[in-house]
Amino acid sequence: MVVAITEVQGRPLLLGTKKVWIRNLQPGPLLLLAPALAAIGAVSVYPVLLGLWLSLRDTTLASPTDAFIGLGNYRQLLADGQFWNAWTHTLEFTAASTLLETALGLMIALVLSESFRGRGIVRAAMLVPWAIPTVVTSKMFGWLFDGQNGVVNYLLRTVGLIQHNVDWYGSTSSALWTIVVADVWKTTPFMALLLLAGLQTIPLSLTEASTIDGANPWQQFWHVRLPLLAPTLLIAAMFRALDAFRIFDLVYVLTGGGPADSTEVLSTFTYKNLFSALQFGYGSALSTLMFITEIVIAVVFGVVLRRKMREVGQ
Amino acid sequence: MRGAGVQPQKLRRTVSVPPGRALLYACAAFVVVWSIGPFLWQMSTSLQLDRELVSGRPRLIPDPITFEHFINIFTGKSFHRYLINSVVTASSTTFLCLLFGSVAAYALARLDLRGRFGFLGFILAVSMFPQIAIVAPLYVLASDLGWLDTYRVLILVYLALGLPLVIWVLFGYFRSIPLTIDEAARIDGAKPLRIFFQIILPMSLPAVVTTGLLCFIAAWNEFMFALAFTSDINHQTVPVGIANFTGLHYVPWGDIAAASVVVTLPLVLLVLAFERHIISGLTGGAIKE
Repeated sequence: MVVAITEVQGRPLLLGTKKVWIRNLQPGPLLLLAPALAAIGAVSVYPVLLGLWLSLRDTTLASPTDAFIGLGNYRQLLADGQFWNAWTHTLEFTAASTLLETALGLMIALVLSESFRGRGIVRAAMLVPWAIPTVVTSKMFGWLFDGQNGVVNYLLRTVGLIQHNVDWYGSTSSALWTIVVADVWKTTPFMALLLLAGLQTIPLSLTEASTIDGANPWQQFWHVRLPLLAPTLLIAAMFRALDAFRIFDLVYVLTGGGPADSTEVLSTFTYKNLFSALQFGYGSALSTLMFITEIVIAVVFGVVLRRKMREVGQ
Repeated sequence: MRGAGVQPQKLRRTVSVPPGRALLYACAAFVVVWSIGPFLWQMSTSLQLDRELVSGRPRLIPDPITFEHFINIFTGKSFHRYLINSVVTASSTTFLCLLFGSVAAYALARLDLRGRFGFLGFILAVSMFPQIAIVAPLYVLASDLGWLDTYRVLILVYLALGLPLVIWVLFGYFRSIPLTIDEAARIDGAKPLRIFFQIILPMSLPAVVTTGLLCFIAAWNEFMFALAFTSDINHQTVPVGIANFTGLHYVPWGDIAAASVVVTLPLVLLVLAFERHIISGLTGGAIKE
């Protein structure tokens, strides 16, 4: 009876007696939350603040110099040609991979939203690239696109698309694109599964109604499914862009940023500054700048998403 | 007559599929080949002799089949060391993630807690921090504590990186269980922790197993922190080991392929076995129902 009184629509009410009972007889909810929050705080929040502090100092691991220099590292950064080089590659990579993966993912999701025999097999197969460690993906594409014995060269030569072997990730003109291809391979299936889940939340009655109204499949896609899918599409693209912006493993293992810095991205550039040059102050300024850029990307997507949601709502 | 009555409807459904059935199957087949092709090629490579690999006539079916690459990586490159390190870190991470994450998710989903959505938002925001932004400060901390080249530094980092996903997925799952179950147990005098471990957790086993698997895969595959925080073979994990597989004069593609197969095949089999749960676990958090 007492329980029934403290409940409103299945939600417990905060009544005095109940609070006392919670405090006396059980670890409070906050205590249950504490280990998780402590781990997240120690490994994410505190280091970010420490990194911010480091970025304002002139400090290296190799020498005992350690002085507060304000925004000196950031000024040095903006004048650093290598930084802008990495910046450009990162943006190119982020834009190319996000666009390709969203477009391809959408096409695959549309195929999978039809029912056909063996659909389960296709869905299962699509999880394979996602499960493979990125380092393995790097090495795998290193072998596929190998300049001498790679099977990609062999196949393209056989069908006559190229005359001679191409040194895909060994030449400055194609290295970044090879990395884009590897990333598209690894991430598109997951994108497709996300979008498929979004497509499946669209009520069947809507698509059926449009069919009855005589809409052809193309019109149905363009005027019914795409507008309803837009929020999911934007959220998925945002997560993808945030992820692509911090790409590290693929580049570090496949090219190490080379040849001639043509695939250097912000993460690899930062990592080298930190752990090869041991420039902890300068490297922290770099990583802080990346962090700020990520926030900007998230905010931009958030604004677009809100506008889109309002459009759909009206 | 009856057959004729059914037929037109069937026909219309077929026609209503945009580019026709054949194209649909062609696309599906392409997706399958595209997804598993590269890994199949890697498996085939791992079973071929080096001289076949550089012969200029690549083939999918190994002839003759050889296991020399698999023998190489264990005898010549002590690959089992990396495997042991990865198993220790990934399974400890998974256990701690599930323990702390499920309890936290329970508190957030089913107990009286002010500002639960504040906590959830905070956890989600933290999961979007770029990892490169925390690697340097953590390195400084770990080095001060003398934790470099230890399992515990990797486990702690992977725990914090894995918790947001565990908490979000399990939060959603716990919320879907009717609250009346807790109430009934509470009337019988059970305390929340007991309700959790004896009722809610067993009821949620499929979700817990799936999130555990996601955690394990994430820890198993992580590269950057392992690269930064470990420098000896007694603590380096598999991704670091594979990244360091480079010969002096040539790239040992056969050995790399063998190592890839050894670390990936168990994952692929696990993922295929839990396919349905993984997909709903991964996509459930991103799409509002």
